[in-house]
Amino acid sequence: MLAAGSSEAALAFLEVGAVALGLALLSRLAGRIGITAVPLYLIAGLAFGEGGITEINVSTDFISLAAEIGVLLLLFTLGLEYTESELRNGLRTGVPPGLFDMLSNALPGVGMGLLLGWEPLAAVLLGGVTWVSSSGIISKVLSDLGRLANRETPAVLNLLVIEDLAMAVYLPVVAALIVGGSIAEISTSVGIALVTVTIILFAALRWGRRLTSMLEGGSDESLLLGAFGLTLLVAGAAQSLEVSGAIGAFLVGIALSGPVAERVERLISPLQDLFAATFFVFFSFQINPADLFDAALPALGLAVVTMLTKIATGWFAAQRIGAGPRGRLRVGTALMARGEFSIVIAALGADLADGPELGALAAGYVLITAVVGPVAARFSDRIPLGRLGTKRAKPASA
Amino acid sequence: MTVVRETQLPGVGVKHDFTTGDSREVGVLTHRDGRRDIVVYDAVDPDSCSLQVSLSSDDTRTLAELLGTSQVNTAVQAVQQEIEGLAIEWFTLKDTAPLANATIGDSEMRTKTGVSIVAIIRDDVPTPAPGPGFGLIGGDVIVSVGTIEGLAKARELIAPD
Repeated sequence: MLAAGSSEAALAFLEVGAVALGLALLSRLAGRIGITAVPLYLIAGLAFGEGGITEINVSTDFISLAAEIGVLLLLFTLGLEYTESELRNGLRTGVPPGLFDMLSNALPGVGMGLLLGWEPLAAVLLGGVTWVSSSGIISKVLSDLGRLANRETPAVLNLLVIEDLAMAVYLPVVAALIVGGSIAEISTSVGIALVTVTIILFAALRWGRRLTSMLEGGSDESLLLGAFGLTLLVAGAAQSLEVSGAIGAFLVGIALSGPVAERVERLISPLQDLFAATFFVFFSFQINPADLFDAALPALGLAVVTMLTKIATGWFAAQRIGAGPRGRLRVGTALMARGEFSIVIAALGADLADGPELGALAAGYVLITAVVGPVAARFSDRIPLGRLGTKRAKPASA
Repeated sequence: MTVVRETQLPGVGVKHDFTTGDSREVGVLTHRDGRRDIVVYDAVDPDSCSLQVSLSSDDTRTLAELLGTSQVNTAVQAVQQEIEGLAIEWFTLKDTAPLANATIGDSEMRTKTGVSIVAIIRDDVPTPAPGPGFGLIGGDVIVSVGTIEGLAKARELIAPD
């Protein structure tokens, strides 16, 4: 194969190599100015995609597969992040703030979609885009700002856990809806999706330890290959049942626990960096910059509204655990950033009639919130709270 | 007894904190990878930390030793007073020493110096109360008890300068 298509391979190497080097520079730049690289990757994709500065054609097949793997690894590591007991605990205590979070942040997105005259499904996806905060951005911001030990921080972390769990239901359901069909067909496929997820989730919590001990032992190499293979296998199986493959990967991550999970996290993170970067670039690759200009105003409006609703969510969640007004504001601003998950959701709708507009709007929206969120979190202690800020005791009611 | 509060931090680790005698809030955040942060909460905004120090596992041990020192010292002094004149010493056996490759019986340590060998530590594995047939090799750590003079003589046999 190498010999036959050597000139084609050479061109592909040149293109992929140039893109990767460009991303390396962007990631370094992002580190220098203290934000995550996701928004910069999106901008890079715009520049190289359709109607951008230059177009890349030859390696699209390779890049699109790599991007798919990127989504799987993103969700796999997200699943790894939390232990089963943390998930159970999250479910026990986090439902009221979780509901508040969903209603106040998803509804503006759905409303905006309908306002733009999109089909209802695209609007629901936009609701998902505005709903979930970026756990990747937020955990980095909290540790950079030295706020992990703060008394209000469990409110942030517990909300992220709940959002993750909610995604475990939301993603397969919308994936089933996208497949479409008659009402009977849709309700069957949604039913299958929910049952499958419940079974896998139950199995993951029940037999996760056994799976973990099967992977335990052996070299780093065998563990890496084992985890990677298992993730793709389960994702593929889920995909063929028309349950989103991403959710399969997520559940494999949840099933792994203990020291093995930590080892896997360390081993797979370079792979994840590589493939996830590819995913973000490829996502905005397909966006026509002209669409992005059209989406700029709605994206800005939606960003402003849903950043305020996230502050309200954080305020509510932090108040429940007894944090003062300053702490509540810190939680709210920390939650503002949207990122990888929003892009994953928007990518699901790529084939819908309103898919291109959804993609452009989501990209613009993530660009704004991912940059503004961390900045707002950093300066949240300087936001004047007036009389509220001096109040020490818990107010009687919200 | 001080009440220590425990908080689980999903994806991060676990945090323990307590209120000191003069009502400051102090906590330790244990990350999943074993790294620890010591935090002191702000007096004005008790939700936030005004001081945060990250400690590696070595640093943690050092700090724990420093904080525990006074108690350990007192205990050691008490033991020394009980048996006046008796000392304990750890020697590492040199390859060139007279005792290297001899058994404890052959060494006639007890007869020559009055010092008793109470334990041998080889490759971090201790052998308490070794018998006279125990063969010594270079690198063994020999734990001996005796008078100060006796231990000085033992040093000549075990680790001569």
